[in-house]
Amino acid sequence: MSNAITLSSLTASPVAPSVAQPLETQLDRIRADFPILSTSVHGKPLVYLDNGASSQRPTAVIDALSDYARHTHANVHRGVHYLSQKATDAFEGARETVRQFLNAKSCKEIVFVRGTTEAINLVAQSYGRPRLQPGDEIIVSHLEHHANIVPWQMLAQQTGAQVKVAPINEQGELQMDALAALFTQRTRILALTHVSNALGSVFPIRECITLAHQHGVPVLIDGAQAVPHTAVDVQALDCDFYVFSGHKLFGPSGIGVLYGRESLLQAMPPWQGGGDMILSVSFTGTTYNELPYRFEAGTPNIEGAVGLAAAISYVNAIGLDRIGAWESQLLSYATEKLSQIDGLRIIGTAKHKASLVSFVVDGVHAHDLGTILDQDGIAIRTGHHCAMPVMEFFGLSATARASFAFYNTKAEIDALVSSVSGAAALFR
Amino acid sequence: MDLKELYRDVILDHNKKPRNFGALAPPARHATGHNPLCGDRLEVYVQLQDDRIEDLRFEGAGCAISVASASLMTEAVKGKTLAQAQQLFEAIHHLLTDQAAPTPEFLGKLAALSGVREFPARVKCASLCWHTLNSALAAPAPIAVSTE
Repeated sequence: MSNAITLSSLTASPVAPSVAQPLETQLDRIRADFPILSTSVHGKPLVYLDNGASSQRPTAVIDALSDYARHTHANVHRGVHYLSQKATDAFEGARETVRQFLNAKSCKEIVFVRGTTEAINLVAQSYGRPRLQPGDEIIVSHLEHHANIVPWQMLAQQTGAQVKVAPINEQGELQMDALAALFTQRTRILALTHVSNALGSVFPIRECITLAHQHGVPVLIDGAQAVPHTAVDVQALDCDFYVFSGHKLFGPSGIGVLYGRESLLQAMPPWQGGGDMILSVSFTGTTYNELPYRFEAGTPNIEGAVGLAAAISYVNAIGLDRIGAWESQLLSYATEKLSQIDGLRIIGTAKHKASLVSFVVDGVHAHDLGTILDQDGIAIRTGHHCAMPVMEFFGLSATARASFAFYNTKAEIDALVSSVSGAAALFR
Repeated sequence: MDLKELYRDVILDHNKKPRNFGALAPPARHATGHNPLCGDRLEVYVQLQDDRIEDLRFEGAGCAISVASASLMTEAVKGKTLAQAQQLFEAIHHLLTDQAAPTPEFLGKLAALSGVREFPARVKCASLCWHTLNSALAAPAPIAVSTE
């Protein structure tokens, strides 16, 4: 971790990584790290339960962004002057922080992108497009976010390949036998979510990757909803591509990560052309830069990377083990309390779930619920969650979704339950 | 903001018991409205007699605001001329988007939707049916198909 900004913010953080106390004993201190959590909405204390859409940022991230702008900014990989070197160090330091976070072998495997969506498009176009032939097959699951469907449909249109869909069951779990049966000689890539944004289901991605590799098929994992909740080790997973966004991980928006196995990235042509991705340019030809810069055309989101690194350092300091333990309590508590509401049905009851609850209430449309909860200061997501095939599977047009982060409390879940009960009463 | 301003009794009633709910067979004109934000879908059917809206129905699932708005629209527009319907459309548009707009008398029960303008994220819910009606009116009249 060569990012001095991140480290200095962390020293000021009241949470020491070595402390093995349960997270809930430090919740007040942790919540104090997130300025927005102590604000009010419509005169009520904010209850932020829309972390699946975007999470809030701790002071460590806010300060890292501000410090970067005040003391460090210049363009990266270009200048010989002091600030350019300092900005380059901060940017490359952020890359190293991400590498450690995913336990990637090398920084060459860490490509900064705008977010999960851009990472998937990059892989579809740069890995998929030159390789796929008419009749080839791409496998996705029924539980994917649109970002892990549409880029593959576009690729299929461009190449004459087809997209096959691995089914889910009524609980929202991936049907492993059916997935296994989809592989053929023509399967070229498997693209799966790690954690479903619509239902919270956690996919057994290690098994899926093993299965795909038995057929010689590389795997892309959409980790957008997973990294805020669980530790990811791309080497242990033997993953080929793993992608996530900064803003769901308590960092800024507009920054995300593509992890790609070096041997695969090495064989992929650049996706976008421009500055920074070249070694030399002439009108007779251009030599592309080495990894990972070949995939980072143009001036990158430098402060975004710095902010993301600060967010990762913050999460590391709290500890993903402790985060997972507390969030699983939040999930159980919310599931139990919400289930007691008359006419409420939880959508997605997978055995392994991340800390989010998707639900519908008889006689109350999700949008009305969203508006009513908002008046109580409670932020949830309502709608199709950019996963319309999932909604269709359950015969719904929309659900309400409460998605929790480690800074949420049981009292906030009580507020949610009380507000949902009130809404149900209004419409009866 | 008082939620009761948004969810007035008229709205709750029309949501629970939507009027003129169902389809009309061709040659009634028909259009589908989508709210891409929420995935809601609305079907509007309209039967014209010269320049008069003789019958009007809607189908679909949506939030209370969109269902009540569609239901209120069918009651308000049924029997009106195209010019009168257009006048209502414009008045509703003002009512939903212009904070300072007075509520014209001729809106009748539709005035119950005035609370929506305090909730900008929900304006589309209330206006979807009106845009769908406009599309239906602009659509060519289909040929009646007999299944006998």
